[in-house]
Amino acid sequence: MKVLEGDDMPLQVLLVEDSPGDVRLTQEAFREANISIRLHVATDGAEAITFLKREGPHVHAPRPDLILLDLNLPKMDGREVLAQIKEDEDLKTIPTVILTTSEAEADIAKSYQLQANCYLCKPVQLDAFENLVKSINDFWLVKAKLPLQVSANAT
Amino acid sequence: MPSHVLLVEDSPGYVRLTEEAFREVDASIQLHVVSDGVEAMEFLRREGRHALAPRPDITLLDLNMPKMDGCEVLALIKQDERLRMIPAIILTTSESDADIMKSYHLHANCYLSRPLEFDDLRTLVKSLVDFWLTKAKLPQNNARLLQAAAYKRMSESERNLVRREGRT
Repeated sequence: MKVLEGDDMPLQVLLVEDSPGDVRLTQEAFREANISIRLHVATDGAEAITFLKREGPHVHAPRPDLILLDLNLPKMDGREVLAQIKEDEDLKTIPTVILTTSEAEADIAKSYQLQANCYLCKPVQLDAFENLVKSINDFWLVKAKLPLQVSANAT
Repeated sequence: MPSHVLLVEDSPGYVRLTEEAFREVDASIQLHVVSDGVEAMEFLRREGRHALAPRPDITLLDLNMPKMDGCEVLALIKQDERLRMIPAIILTTSESDADIMKSYHLHANCYLSRPLEFDDLRTLVKSLVDFWLTKAKLPQNNARLLQAAAYKRMSESERNLVRREGRT
């Protein structure tokens, strides 16, 4: 029997979000919901890809257990980031949850079409937002089974 | 308009427990059950005796099934331009890392391991309903919007008829 170290390691969450206000809110809501996770922030789509591919300043970045991705982002749009993640043999297994203000039917359909794992709308009200982060934590980081972290040399 | 959930599960015991859990959590949800992968595809494609099947809001898919195994069903759903938009959630007793990895690789929307105790199952179903059928935004299709409009105009007895037909 091998003892999995993974159980003691904090879960890594990558938040791709360009609005500093929403970043702060998400950080605070996660701190309340689950103190033991590590929340990493990329503020545009290009940085998200750099982080995921461990390039440049992110060469030592951990592989996230979960990605929270906004759709409207500078440099590289969230839809393009999503498409790149889900076309990549290594990255596609990371659950990617869209978290955006857009409620447009076209955005919802397009995201599921591109194999987003889930689509959530950011509520405007503060307590509703905190509540949603709690649900994300409860469902994705507690209840759902996530792919086991494997070392990067698997390819 | 009630939510429709498709449960793909071959064990009659698990089917009964899951039905009971859904009834306790939210009796308005229409749970449709098929017992193997081939029938799951017929239901989703509305073929044969499932020609009038509603489009489910989410699919709950077991992995180990007769005729066509869950991974194969998952692959078919996610290769289909139209069906891939329906969230496919794996609900299985397997906790094997290989099954979890393979499922996400095939674009499962989520992977849940089925608890053995009924109380735990009910808690899981409650989270599932709260997250996927309440919080998450799901794609609408035009047929469903039309159905919803028609449903609003129906009398209670007509609605009961629709519910019964939907359950076949």
